[in-house]
Amino acid sequence: MTYAAQSGHPGGSLSVTDILTALLFRELRLDPVRPEWADRDRLVLSKGHASPAMYAALALRGFLPREELASFRQLGSRLQGHVDRTKLPCIEASTGCLGQGIGMAVGMALDARLRKASWRTYAVIGDGECQAGPTWEALMAGGHYRLSNLVVILDRNGLETDGSTESIMGIEPVAEKFRAFRYHTLEIDGHSFPAILGALAEARQTTDGPTAIVARTVKGKGVSFMEGKHQYHGKAPTKAEAEQALSELARPSEGNA
Amino acid sequence: MSAVIGKAESLRDAYGKTLLALGEKDPNLVVLDADLSGSTRTVLFGQKFPERFFNVGVMEPTMMSIAAGLALQGRTVYASTFAVFAAGQAYNFVRQSICYNRANVKIVATHGGLLVGADGGTHQIVEDIGLMRGLPGMTVIVPADAPTTRAATVQVAEREGPAYVRLTRENLPTVTDGSFAIGKAQELRSGSDLTIVAVGALVARALEVAEELSKVGISTRVLDFASVKPFDAPALMRAARDTGAILVLEEHSVLTGVGALVASETAENYPVPVRRVGVPDLFGESGEPWALLDRYGMSKERIRDEAWELLRGRGKVQ
Repeated sequence: MTYAAQSGHPGGSLSVTDILTALLFRELRLDPVRPEWADRDRLVLSKGHASPAMYAALALRGFLPREELASFRQLGSRLQGHVDRTKLPCIEASTGCLGQGIGMAVGMALDARLRKASWRTYAVIGDGECQAGPTWEALMAGGHYRLSNLVVILDRNGLETDGSTESIMGIEPVAEKFRAFRYHTLEIDGHSFPAILGALAEARQTTDGPTAIVARTVKGKGVSFMEGKHQYHGKAPTKAEAEQALSELARPSEGNA
Repeated sequence: MSAVIGKAESLRDAYGKTLLALGEKDPNLVVLDADLSGSTRTVLFGQKFPERFFNVGVMEPTMMSIAAGLALQGRTVYASTFAVFAAGQAYNFVRQSICYNRANVKIVATHGGLLVGADGGTHQIVEDIGLMRGLPGMTVIVPADAPTTRAATVQVAEREGPAYVRLTRENLPTVTDGSFAIGKAQELRSGSDLTIVAVGALVARALEVAEELSKVGISTRVLDFASVKPFDAPALMRAARDTGAILVLEEHSVLTGVGALVASETAENYPVPVRRVGVPDLFGESGEPWALLDRYGMSKERIRDEAWELLRGRGKVQ
């Protein structure tokens, strides 16, 4: 998708792919036939630039035709550079500018509590985003309201546009920060499905407040020349790179599932 | 026709009481505030409906995101704080979380403009109307009095989509009969020599100057332009055609406010001389609220001078 569009964010899409796969194919209560089903679980992709991973997962899950993926970032497409709910009904919240998704998720979780509804709200955030003040405002609100129906998942790939988060503006110890903000906090391997699904199951059992999952991931996961390279945060691959990437990603996964 | 200037009332009280009444009728309505509920008067709603009231503390940007999240689940949401925080501090959250998402959030901001007074220039936002009317899909209302505040508070809920209502800290004299309607200008005084388009606290001054001008035989039309977006284009074009000159009064920067709107719309569609009275390209300062209006170019004398300037240009006076 990012090759076809010659723009976009491959690195942070690949790091969050396993998390989105676990959510969309196992954890979330969803129905592709009824994307606006009232009792669906809500997923807010606060790192809206990981739209390629989101669109790919939604297509495989039956929410949109696979052929439509080729329209990513093109004029007139529903597949905007950053996810857009007004164009695509299976997107809960339009995001892009960072630091806003958790606040919207908190609003959704408050609504569910007011209605005594059983659906849950999930916010997937990036680690560069943890440098933004409003991320912590929103986390504070989720903790204050003890929103046990809210799960925040941090895609901790360690890299942002200009380099590593810790060399630019360190966010560590981030798990301790979540705990201080009253989150039941779990640290997992974000590329292990048993670990992701186990953490999500534990979040369901947590009834006295929200859960935060720090998912350690690899930016550019699955593509040898992108892994751990911040240069692929917001840069599309060349034709040769795209072909190599797709062939590497097509190989059966090795060991971590 | 000439309007009567009535007794001064609090716009914030009018908002708070109307919001309470709306909350009694609509169980789907929720209210957010950012640690200013006493000043914005959302406290009235909060005391009656604590389960539907969220005082989020000093986090105005995130208040807008939480409001949007609630609204996207089908709720009517009111969010209040001071204008400098709602439009200034939270701008990109209003833009993305609310407007880009087409969330049904009604931002009712109090303490707009210089009439904040003693708190000084940090808190006297004179850019908010420009910021908010530039946002796609945003409705912008600037009431001049308590009756319009009551009507606007109800009508923004009836109109799906985001809205920004700018209120003033100071009590303002009643100048309308409460027949405000979104998208309509209210003609408070008929006239044929000159039109004064005014919003907010300066509508009363417009009426006072119009009355003075009538004593020397000048007939001044006064339009309360509370509905800044959508604005009443037909009423504006009629004013241009019928009176040939327009004076705009606003307690806001002349660079981006209602004066800029009127000047650009008339220039494109019916060019007539337009003069803008408002805050020049400056920040405010501490002071007695009404003295600040005089100091920053919105005194009655200045308004009269600008009116004479337009009338001279039209050959109506020497």
